Amino acid sequence: MSSLSFDVAHLLAGGLVLVSFMLLYQARLSALINVFGLHALVLALSVGWQAYIQDAPHLYVTALLALVFKVVMIPAALHRIIKRLGIHREIESAVGVGPTMLAGIGLVALALVVMLRVTEDADRLAREDLAFALSVVLLGLLMMVTRRNALSLIIGFMSVENGLVLAATGAKGMPLVVEISVAFSVLIAFIVIGVFLFRIRERFETIDLEALDRFQETRE
Amino acid sequence: MILPQLNAIWAVLAIPAVSAAILVVSPGYRTGARINTLAAFATLVCAGSLLVRRPPAGLYLQVDDLSVVFIVLNAFVGFTTSLFSASYIAHEIEIGRLTQARLRFYHAMYQVLMFGMNLALVSNNLGLMWVAIELATLTTVIMVGIYRTHEAVEAAWKYFILGSVGIALALFGTILVYVAARPVVGEGLQGMVWTVLIDKVAAFDPALLNLAFVFLLLGYGTKVGLAPLHAWLPDAHAEGPTPISAVLSGLLLNVALYAVLRFKMLLAANHAALAPGPLMVTLGLVSVVFAAFMLYRRRDIKRMFAYSSIEHMGIIVFAFGIGGPLANFAGLLHMTMHSLTKSAIFFTVGHITQVKGTQRIADIRGLTVTHPILGWTLVVGVMAICGLPPFGIFTSEFLIISSTMARDPFLALPLVAGLIIAFGALLLRLQGMAFGEPSPGTAPARASYLPMIAHFGLVLMAGVYLPPLITGWFQHVAKVLG
Repeated sequence: MSSLSFDVAHLLAGGLVLVSFMLLYQARLSALINVFGLHALVLALSVGWQAYIQDAPHLYVTALLALVFKVVMIPAALHRIIKRLGIHREIESAVGVGPTMLAGIGLVALALVVMLRVTEDADRLAREDLAFALSVVLLGLLMMVTRRNALSLIIGFMSVENGLVLAATGAKGMPLVVEISVAFSVLIAFIVIGVFLFRIRERFETIDLEALDRFQETRE
Repeated sequence: MILPQLNAIWAVLAIPAVSAAILVVSPGYRTGARINTLAAFATLVCAGSLLVRRPPAGLYLQVDDLSVVFIVLNAFVGFTTSLFSASYIAHEIEIGRLTQARLRFYHAMYQVLMFGMNLALVSNNLGLMWVAIELATLTTVIMVGIYRTHEAVEAAWKYFILGSVGIALALFGTILVYVAARPVVGEGLQGMVWTVLIDKVAAFDPALLNLAFVFLLLGYGTKVGLAPLHAWLPDAHAEGPTPISAVLSGLLLNVALYAVLRFKMLLAANHAALAPGPLMVTLGLVSVVFAAFMLYRRRDIKRMFAYSSIEHMGIIVFAFGIGGPLANFAGLLHMTMHSLTKSAIFFTVGHITQVKGTQRIADIRGLTVTHPILGWTLVVGVMAICGLPPFGIFTSEFLIISSTMARDPFLALPLVAGLIIAFGALLLRLQGMAFGEPSPGTAPARASYLPMIAHFGLVLMAGVYLPPLITGWFQHVAKVLG
C-alpha cells in the first residue's frame, strides 16, 4: 500500500474523531445537527476512500448511502423536527464542557492503547482504523451519557453507528451483509425514533428525558 | 434436490414472514388472532420436524444440536403465547385500552418478532445473526410502547436506547471477530460463517478474540438482562402488553443468551484465549444477588416477575460460565424450565391484572377465594419458579449447585444465598396476593387456561421424570458446549 493512500485514510479517520469531539461541545441543537452532517460527510469520504484503495466497489454503495441518508436526509428531517417543536434553545448537558472534553481525551487514549496493543499482527491500516473507530464509538457513548435531551441522544447514537461503519469498512473484505445491515438498521432506527419523538412530544410537551425521569420517581 | 432439504429451515422463517404480511392487510382482530395462532402452530410443526431431519449447513443458514433446542422451545412458547394473546387482547379491546387500528400491527409485529428470533437461531453467519437480533429488538420496542401511556413510552424509549447501545457494542465485537478470522480464513463471506470459524478458531489471534468477547458479552449481555446492564428490562416487562412480557422473558432473553453461548464456544475452542467462564460467572452471580434483593422492593406484580427473570438469567449464565458437561446440562435444563414457567406465570398474571384492573401488588388480595383457578395457578407458578420440588426448576437448580460444589464450593455460597433471598421475597408477596381477604374485582375471568396448564404440566413432568430421550439429547448438547 502506497504511503499516500495510507495517509489519506489516516487523515479521514482521524478527522472523524475530531468531529466527534466537536459534537461533544455543541451547545445549540441546530448547530449539533449541522456538525452531525459534517460527521457523516467525513465518514462518507472515508468509506469512499477505502473503497478506492481496497478496490472494493460495493463499499461505494455504503459511502453513497451515508452521503444521501446521513448527510442530507437525516439532518434535514431533524431540522424540521426542532423547528416544529420550537426548541432552538441550549442543550442542558449533565456535565460541563471542560470535564466532558477531558473525559473524551481519556477515552480516545484508552481506545488507542487497547486496540493498538491487541492488533499488533494485523496490517497497519486496519489497526489504526479500528483504533479510531473505537474512539468514535466511545465518544458517541460519552455524548449519550452527558446529554439529557432526547434529540442529542439520537445524534449521539448515530455517531456511534458511524464509528461502527468506519470499523466495518476498515476491516478489509468484510462481507457486504454487514454494511447493508448497518445502513438499514440506521434507517429502521430512525423511523422508530421518529415515531417516539412524536409520541413523546404528544404526551409530554417536551422531548427532554428529565420529563420522563419524573414519572419514574413518582411511580415507585 | 437442495430445496426439499432446506424446507424446514426455510419454513420456520417463511411462515412468520408471510403471515406478518397477511396480518398487516387483514381486517379485524378476531381474524388476526386466528391467523396469528395458526401461523404459530405451523411454525411449531416445522420446528418439530427439525428434530427428526436436519438439512446440511449452508453459507447463511444452519441448524445444529445447540440451536435446535432453542428453535423448538421458541416455536412452542410462541404458539402457546399466541393462544393466550388472543383471549388477553379480546379483553383489552372490550375495555377500550387498545383500538382495532393498533392491533392490526400488533399481530403483524408478533409474527415479525417470531421471524427475527427464528432467523437469529438458524443463522450460520455472525452478521446475519446480529441483524436478526436487532430486528427482534426493534419489534419489541414498538410492542412495548403500544399502550402509549406515559409509562409505556418511557419504558419503550429506555429499552430502545439501552438495547441499541448493547447491539452497537455487539456489532463492534462481531467486526473484531472477523478481523481476527481474516488472516486465517481469508477475506469475504467465509470469515463470518460460524461453521467455518469454529473449525479454524484455534489459529486466530487470541488477543483480538479476547477483546471481541468483552464487547460481545457486554453487548448481547445487555439484551440478556445481566445485572449492571438490566435497567431496561423491568420497565419493558411492566409497561408492555402481557403477552409481550411473556415472550420477552421466555424467548427473547434466550435468543440473546444463545448469541453469547455461540461466542463462548469460539473462545473455548481457542486455547490461548482467555477463559470466558469467570466473566460469565461474575456477571451471573451479580445478577442473581442483585435481583434477589430488588425483589423485596417491588410494588408492581409484572415488575416483580421481571426481576425474577433477571435472577434466573443470572443463574443460567452462571451455570454456563462454570461449564463442563454437568453444569452445561443443568444450564440448558434451567433455561428450558425458566422459559416455560415464566411465560406461564405471565399468562396467569395477565389474566389477574385484567380481572383486578391493577398491577399493584397491594391491591391484589385473596385470589384463591375469588378466582380459585387463577389463584392456585399463581401459587403453583411461584412455587415452581422458586425452585421447590417437584418442579423441573428444582432439578436444574440442584444440579447447578451440586456441580458448583464439586468445582468451587465458595462460588456456590453466594448463589445459594441469592436463591434463598429471592425465595423469601416471592413467597412474601405471594401470600398477600393469593390468600386473605379478597380485594375488589370479583368478576369471573374469561381466561384461556390451556397454555398455563400445558406449561406447568411440562415443568412438573420434567421435575418428576425426565425422559431418557431428552436427557440424552441435552447431555449431547452440553458436551458440544464444552
